Amino acid sequence: MVGMTTRTSAIEVSGLRKSYGDQEVVAGVDLTVPAGTVYALLGPNGAGKTTTVRILSTLLAADAGAARVAGYDVRREADQVRASIGVTGQFSAVDELLTGRENLRLMADLGHLDRRRTETVVERLLERFDLIEAADRRAVTYSGGMKRRLDLAMTLVAGPRLIFLDEPTTGLDPRSRRELWGIVRELVADGVTVFLTTQYLEEADQLADRIGVLDGGRLVAEGTAAELKRLVPGGHIELRAADSERVAELARRLPGANPNAPALTVTLPHDGSLTELRRLLDGIDDDAVTGLAVHAPDLDDVFLALTGHPTDELPEEVPV
Amino acid sequence: MSTATYAVRDSATMLRRNLKHMARYPSMTVMLVGQPLVFLLLFVYVFGGTMGAGLPGAPAGDRGDYLTFITPGILMMTVASVSIGTAVLVATDMTNGIIDRFRTMAIAKSSVLTGRVLGAMIQTALALAVIFGVAILLGLKTAASAPQWLGLVGLLALLSFAMTWFTVALGLASPDPETASNLPMIFVLLPFVGSGFVPVESMPTGLRWFAQHQPFTPIMDAFRGLLAGSPDGSDTLWAIGWCVVIGLVGYLWARRLYRTRAAH
Repeated sequence: MVGMTTRTSAIEVSGLRKSYGDQEVVAGVDLTVPAGTVYALLGPNGAGKTTTVRILSTLLAADAGAARVAGYDVRREADQVRASIGVTGQFSAVDELLTGRENLRLMADLGHLDRRRTETVVERLLERFDLIEAADRRAVTYSGGMKRRLDLAMTLVAGPRLIFLDEPTTGLDPRSRRELWGIVRELVADGVTVFLTTQYLEEADQLADRIGVLDGGRLVAEGTAAELKRLVPGGHIELRAADSERVAELARRLPGANPNAPALTVTLPHDGSLTELRRLLDGIDDDAVTGLAVHAPDLDDVFLALTGHPTDELPEEVPV
Repeated sequence: MSTATYAVRDSATMLRRNLKHMARYPSMTVMLVGQPLVFLLLFVYVFGGTMGAGLPGAPAGDRGDYLTFITPGILMMTVASVSIGTAVLVATDMTNGIIDRFRTMAIAKSSVLTGRVLGAMIQTALALAVIFGVAILLGLKTAASAPQWLGLVGLLALLSFAMTWFTVALGLASPDPETASNLPMIFVLLPFVGSGFVPVESMPTGLRWFAQHQPFTPIMDAFRGLLAGSPDGSDTLWAIGWCVVIGLVGYLWARRLYRTRAAH
């Protein structure tokens, strides 16, 4: 509840709304993030994730609602909020004409750190983010993963206790992604609160204490990964069909089926029971299906069940 | 530390960043200074003989007289040329996430643009020094006294301050660095449609009216008067007035755009 700030809440949001023209991008979001935890805002492109982060990090004013970040009102006490947070946006925010070390020094100067502390912090971050060898090269020569690490290191220079990461691993290769996950886990171990957005279900599952599922500007569900998975009693069954005609026919005949014509598959929800599996098998001709797989519930199923559309509308999947 | 101390400290930090940018991207500075330099050489050595002879007053002038006549226009062009670079750098910053990073930090809001303007003025001063140096080597004739030189330097500083703020706003208003590099081109060309390279009296009526009333003409006339050691009070006042207007419009516009424009 906003107004009754307790020391244990890093973020408190109620009734947050933001529209662009007649399109409501954030349509009444309420959420609370306890200090020292990781909260993941999960949703496809256009769900309102970035807009929410921009409002909470003082870049954008909300149309309605209240938000307290680190105990301060984002609108009336924007400077105090800024002094308490670190933000790594969706787009690279490093100065490519400067070297890695100069970028970190720039942040230290703007964070008004004294000279001795600047030296210590910069060296420590270069080491922690594996940038020592590249420290005196211009950032323009860095790989995507290195730029992302430098970006995050810059966010940490002033030692914020609350950081926002807007799609921190979008566009990274699997190895860089795992490295970044490791860094986030270390931050949490140091007691830092992390608010991140992602379109990768796997990422939310890996990192977050609590997950908010955002769709069309609304939080359609919230809870731990386990709680969300419990919302869907079973997993799903994937049928592999011989040709696209049979895909269409299966989709027509089976309730809740979701056809994927190019892949020649049909997925349907499944409660995990043998009875239902048997009933399904009895209803299918032998030559209509070339393969069958039973999947345990994952966040994809949660997303489908909650939003009515599958996550394969997302641009890309996390390689597992 | 007080808010004002932070504003100075943050602006100095931003200025250091911009000076590093200039050092790392020297081709841009060379291009921006090279442009007016090429015009200077072109006009003195290619057109100078003929144009000098066409200058009003008797006896007819020569190449050297034409050099003296166009120096104010070249100075104007130098200030305009450097401001193209400013617009490009501002637009580049805006298309990069770094401005958003600055905006989420507890720093003096004004420092991002102030640092940019200070850097651009240093760059302009260097460019003007080069152009003046070359003009003097080529035989620029001046009868300016020490106070008049001081006035000239002051007016050039005021002009570059005004033009920089205006092009910072243009850079902020541009959707991308390419647009930002095209918009200020008009300022490089404007001295031609004014008293920069030919006496305005030689132009056809409609054009002459424009040339007499556009802001750059009194500024160039004021430079010319100061260089000749006979400043015209009216020109100087008009020049100061136009600089104040350009600077104020640029400053207010830039401040407004910086506050409202999201980087994406």
